[in-house]
Amino acid sequence: MTTLFTILFDGVAYGMLLFVLACGLAVTLGLMNFVNLAHGAFAMAGGYICAVLVNNSGWPFFVALPLAFIASAAIGVVLERTLYRHLYARSHLDQVLFSIGLVFMSVAAVDYIMGSSRVFIKLPAALEGQFDFFGVGIGRYRLMIIVICGLLTVALQLILARTRFGSRLRAAVDDPRAAIGLGINVPQVFAFTFALGCGLAGLGGALSAEILGLDPYFPLKFMIYFLIVVTVGGSSSITGPFLASLLLGIGDVAGKYYVPKMGPFVIYTIMIVILIWRPNGLFGRTAAR
Amino acid sequence: MTTLPDVSTNAVASARWRPGEIVFWIVVVACGFLFPSRYLIMTDIVRLALFALSLDLILGYAGIVSLGHAAFFGVGAYSAGLLALHGIIGEPVVALVVAGFAAMVLGFFTSFLVIRGVDLTRLMVTLGIALLLEALAERFSNITGGTDGLQGIEMQPILGSFAFDIFGKTGFFYSLIVLFLLFLLARRIVHSPFGLSLRAIRNNPLRAAAIGIPVNRRLIAIYTVSAFYAGVAGALFTQTTALASLDVFSFERSADLMLMLVIGGTGYLYGGLIGAVVFKILQELFSTITPQYWLFWIGLVLVVIVLVGRARIHRWALWLPNLIIRQVAGRRAVVAVPESDAS
Amino acid sequence: MFIRRQLLLAAGAIAAAASVLPVRAEETVKIGLIVPMTGGQASTGKQIDNAIKLYMQQKGDTVAGKKIEIILRDDAAVPDNTKRIAQELIVNEKVNIIAGFGVTPAALAAAPLATQAKVPEIVMAAGTSIITERSPYIVRTSFTLPQSSTIIGDWAVKNGIKKVATLTSDYAPGNDALTSFKEHFVAGGGEIVEEVKVPLANPDFAPFLQRMKDSKPDAVFVFVPAGQGGNFMKQYAERGLDKSGIRVIGPGDVMDDDLLNNMGDAALGAVTAHLYSAAHPSQINKEFVAAYKKAFNNRPGFMAVGGYDGIHLIYEALKKTGGDATGDKLIAAMKGMKWESPRGPISIDPETRDIVQNIYIRKVEKVDGELYNVEFATFEAVKDPGKTKK
Repeated sequence: MTTLFTILFDGVAYGMLLFVLACGLAVTLGLMNFVNLAHGAFAMAGGYICAVLVNNSGWPFFVALPLAFIASAAIGVVLERTLYRHLYARSHLDQVLFSIGLVFMSVAAVDYIMGSSRVFIKLPAALEGQFDFFGVGIGRYRLMIIVICGLLTVALQLILARTRFGSRLRAAVDDPRAAIGLGINVPQVFAFTFALGCGLAGLGGALSAEILGLDPYFPLKFMIYFLIVVTVGGSSSITGPFLASLLLGIGDVAGKYYVPKMGPFVIYTIMIVILIWRPNGLFGRTAAR
Repeated sequence: MTTLPDVSTNAVASARWRPGEIVFWIVVVACGFLFPSRYLIMTDIVRLALFALSLDLILGYAGIVSLGHAAFFGVGAYSAGLLALHGIIGEPVVALVVAGFAAMVLGFFTSFLVIRGVDLTRLMVTLGIALLLEALAERFSNITGGTDGLQGIEMQPILGSFAFDIFGKTGFFYSLIVLFLLFLLARRIVHSPFGLSLRAIRNNPLRAAAIGIPVNRRLIAIYTVSAFYAGVAGALFTQTTALASLDVFSFERSADLMLMLVIGGTGYLYGGLIGAVVFKILQELFSTITPQYWLFWIGLVLVVIVLVGRARIHRWALWLPNLIIRQVAGRRAVVAVPESDAS
Repeated sequence: MFIRRQLLLAAGAIAAAASVLPVRAEETVKIGLIVPMTGGQASTGKQIDNAIKLYMQQKGDTVAGKKIEIILRDDAAVPDNTKRIAQELIVNEKVNIIAGFGVTPAALAAAPLATQAKVPEIVMAAGTSIITERSPYIVRTSFTLPQSSTIIGDWAVKNGIKKVATLTSDYAPGNDALTSFKEHFVAGGGEIVEEVKVPLANPDFAPFLQRMKDSKPDAVFVFVPAGQGGNFMKQYAERGLDKSGIRVIGPGDVMDDDLLNNMGDAALGAVTAHLYSAAHPSQINKEFVAAYKKAFNNRPGFMAVGGYDGIHLIYEALKKTGGDATGDKLIAAMKGMKWESPRGPISIDPETRDIVQNIYIRKVEKVDGELYNVEFATFEAVKDPGKTKK
């Protein structure tokens, strides 16, 4: 019985991690209708920035984490203003081509700068190991992930639903022309949203180095997972991707534990079944473009 | 009543062979004789071209996006490999057709899943199917050889008389003939009333349904045909390399395919062929110059292509051929322009 | 002009096809180095490439009057790429030797070509036992997994490890490691309590490790390909397996020197059997490690040593043949060759063309603040058990 809880705990942690990594994509894809396959590249950037700060410059992990967020967001803004901006109106195929191109470039560039070996981030001792909670093994690091990601999720939901910025964003997405007419600076809102998504990815990248491993091929390896989260979750709100991440995380961990031989089948099957049952995702808008 | 003849004359006119197309095929065959030391890479390109043609049939003509076309490629590849390995069907041409049919059956059954949903869902369902098959192939390693792939495939001579050689000459001309025959078939299909109805569906499914086109049945049909093409491409792969390994199903293969087709342009059959040539040559060039960082340059090319605009690049690329044809044939530009750009 | 040259080439190629033996360039010996430089296995390719560059810097690029030319190509560890590249190198570039091969399927894919073209294939990384049996022109300078796995099996039984859970990557080398370990361990009276094969591309080890933990073994036998070891050890510690007294044993791939120092103290105490440790206490190794560190700012791992010894073997064979680079002569010269490598004394088995080397039992310890595999027992001149039993 306690094992079941440990598995559940691991699954939730894994799912939360996926959510932070992928929710930026849910925003760009779902709200801005832009297929950004290079999303993982921002996550990788965050991971490497954190690794360099902690390992080479000796910064504390908890200082490096927010910096990973800020730095990735900054990279995101720069790219959005210089490149992405021109592609919002283009076809999805162009966007795919463009963002895959960016992924290739980022992979080779990181390989060139950082080498192709896996990189680890030195963790503070407080985050290592596991403790027992009524017989359930709780990994400290995973607990931290759950706490951070949980808070982020709540904050995001509040920002989108309650703040002025959130309503502006939703207005800009629903009808950009009307929004401009109302005096909303739509490009600015988009740039800010894009940066937020990239920053979250960067934070996720920094957090995931420990669990998923960080190497130059990160954006390619996990692109599929991000896409699964977004499509299964649907893109009308962030609740969908959130639940999809949890489902995916728990399904993956439990699948590997209980039927290790069938490992990869579990998530792919879940995905296909859900998509056939609800083609627009769990919480999709039926009129999605 | 009056529109009917117009449509048919139009269709017949667009189905006529253009001089540019004939030149294209002459150049392709000439390459086979001009670069005898490069048969392998050319075979690779021909296979990819066939594979891209298969994707063009559904993407360019029916508007179905797929990130999992490698599923059919892989099924074709493993079928051909298993047939040869266990000596069930030794003759490559027959095995090729059988492997194609195996992929076709899969295509038929999965088409029901794929035609539901919007673009993104289709992308993910197709991708999911390919990944599932890859996992299956890995799981049943006693049949497929798992991660090590099928080893020890020995191909018999084609039609009993042309043996595969180390320089890949037989393999190249074999693949080229298969490509050409299947290209003719595809050309016939897309210019038939059936093909025209597909285009109607691509442009607007609702309107197509309203004028009485059975949308779902048409989509299932073309998806199944496309699966056959991909299966044949996969079988060619196994037969010419005597290998089949898990990466025939890989996401990279489907993604590269998509890139090729998009580079070449969709919806005029030659897009995949040209895209395959361009993509493969670029890749070969960059990876010879810098084996470690070629991805960067490929990426840069993709980004530049998009930023400059595909339509503009196609116009530039077609400028010279058009000029020559104008000079020689003394009439207006006749080389096909990708439909995706024209519209 | 252009077309005429192409025609000449065509004629040349047909002539070459007719005579089967391609014409060799006189003064240079070309080596086609096919390794993964991109993709998940890229670090393997880079280590080999680095080591070869280092060797050629040290020893010069001419041997026996011939200039050595390395043609590096990336196959991204995809076997059909390997095969095509190997074929093109042999046919177009007229290479005398093909070398590298990061993964087993790649090495196997090139094997028929080596036989057909009579070109030696020097395997510098891939570690499945059967490879050298696939062509009489294959020589291996890396290792085979049974070499280290059988030894760690024997060692475990003798050192009070009774129950073992295994975690291996599900592909040929992993299965090789598992079978040979199991054979020796069970024969010695040990018991396998849990057996998990993980898919090769595997992001998170947590659920598998939980299974290990629940089966309460004395030790976990691990084989994951070089590169994944770090994540494994991290999560092993995270799950508290080290605290519950479960030891890590296995072939040394997990504790690759390339990554070891970044794994953190969780790795301390892991016992592995392997062919090479950067801490191997010989003069020649100290020099090798120092030179490698200086040139590439990283510690050499066992892949680097495989490349280093591979190029050394080619140099020595050329010396022996007096610069004659025909395949048969080179292979004959390589058979039975013995030398002192950074990893210790090694030789090429004249029967199987596979490597014979010492296998060391090592324990991860801290030396000067860095983690090293410190060798504490040696099994001398181990042949590939995967073949000797036949």
